[in-house]
Amino acid sequence: MVIDTEGLSFNFGKQAVVKSLSLKVPEGSIYGFLGPNGAGKTTTIKLLMNLLKTDEGNIHIFGQELKSNRVKILSQIGSLIEQPAIYLHLSGKENLLNRALLLEIPAKRVDDMLDLVHLTSAANKKAGQYSLGMKQRLGIALALLPDPKLLILDEPTNGLDPNGIIEVRELMLRLVKQQQKTVFISSHLLAEVERMASHVGIINNGELLFQGSINELQALNQPQVQIEAENTVDAANLLKRNDFTVTEIDDEHIFVPFTSKQKMGEINSLLNKNGYTVYSINKQQKDLEKLFLAITQSA
Amino acid sequence: MKGFILSFRSEFYKTRKTLGFWSSILLPLLICLLLFIGFLNNSDKQAHTPALMLWIEFSGLILMIMGSFILPMLIIFIAYSVNNIEHKADTWKSLFSLPISKLSVYSAKYFYAVFLTFLCLALFALFTLGFGNLLSVIKPTLRFSEYHVEGLLARVYLKLFLCSLGILSIQFLLSLLFRDFLKPMGIGFICAISGDILSGNWKYSYFFPYSHPMLAISTIENGVKNSHGNGPMPQIAVDIFTREIFVSLAVALVIFVGGYFIVLKKSVK
Repeated sequence: MVIDTEGLSFNFGKQAVVKSLSLKVPEGSIYGFLGPNGAGKTTTIKLLMNLLKTDEGNIHIFGQELKSNRVKILSQIGSLIEQPAIYLHLSGKENLLNRALLLEIPAKRVDDMLDLVHLTSAANKKAGQYSLGMKQRLGIALALLPDPKLLILDEPTNGLDPNGIIEVRELMLRLVKQQQKTVFISSHLLAEVERMASHVGIINNGELLFQGSINELQALNQPQVQIEAENTVDAANLLKRNDFTVTEIDDEHIFVPFTSKQKMGEINSLLNKNGYTVYSINKQQKDLEKLFLAITQSA
Repeated sequence: MKGFILSFRSEFYKTRKTLGFWSSILLPLLICLLLFIGFLNNSDKQAHTPALMLWIEFSGLILMIMGSFILPMLIIFIAYSVNNIEHKADTWKSLFSLPISKLSVYSAKYFYAVFLTFLCLALFALFTLGFGNLLSVIKPTLRFSEYHVEGLLARVYLKLFLCSLGILSIQFLLSLLFRDFLKPMGIGFICAISGDILSGNWKYSYFFPYSHPMLAISTIENGVKNSHGNGPMPQIAVDIFTREIFVSLAVALVIFVGGYFIVLKKSVK
């Protein structure tokens, strides 16, 4: 495991913000750390970066205990926490040169990074004049500058346009595939990370509600039968009287958990026999976004 | 040590375009230039003043302006600007997530503030010398060149520098801890005024760091009054290591070490 925490807890005063978190981030993975706003994602990231003092539990990164190997571990991590930390009176290039000076990185890599995040033409413009998306890209360049083994990115697509989001996604996939990096990326939008994450952790109110591969998350996702019929309320009551579970009803649809094709046929004939016209009936997979909401809201 | 040097260089790189850095250069230049113009305009009245008296008047005016109020305020501003650059850009979190020890980051920032104060006072000494000698070149009736004041000025400004360190450490810590402008500046401003008032009226004022610049100026004044030798080169004794200097150094050391432990314990939000 690249990141391995056990019983990690943190309180702001009396309020428990992170509760007994056990994160397992495998090497070479893109780990999507998901949760609604205020769930404890940024606090967890700050604990991983040793910016906040752990109240309970321990953190191992690259198999080493964080507190006693802080400098050694941090030398292999590139991070972007909350909004990018940028000196607004310096140009984008100067921000990168300053970081390169601190980390003893050749200036040539600064130009490569500017190129990578498409900021070459704005390199000498003051960062204070950058748009939110440009600042975010500069933040990503700062995180990538030391060529770290582990990238920790806190909501990196904030402020990016759809093209920018796709670019970040492709960049992350490339880094993992071609350079065997590990990426830990937080977001409040499942749709944003489901296309790139190999592993997912879902946090809400400081508690880890789910952790596993994206396939394991999919497996949680039970298929359902969507029935389009007239008079859905009465039709749903009929199904209930006949021992079918109805999970959701709206003006046009009834949703029933999928068990088998035969049961789908039974539903269809039952409704038709009782005078309810069925316009369509099909097996449907709940999208992950709904699953994410279901997990975070049921907690 | 490498982390300290890299962080110190980075401090210069970051601040080289800020008012905090340039104020350390422009303030001595401006004050000395204004006095230079004033002396130039009144050169006829000073035509027969002995060289030593000319230097005492010229540098004494600068020192009085400095010691009474400008030096403490400049120190407050330097300490504020060195830390504010990180508060403003929200860069504490990135600074403390770099593979550099917290001691290196903290001490580089502290010593950079010390360096700016030293630079400012060194420039005051240099500009005083430069403009004084320039006056005697432009107006030969002003006989600045007849007395060599270099050693005396070096001792005077060294004393001022040493007595600044107590205030600098307190203000540095306040500016590090408080994000907003008002707390460190407000506390500093009130303390600087109190220091001025107390320096002449309280016998234990040497325990109060904000009184130290005024106390240092007073000991220099006493040195001038007690100058001995009536020849062309009378000697002026300036005792550098007086009790307020020891208090200033002790305060600086205690606050610097204490500040480091606060940084170690403090969460970066």
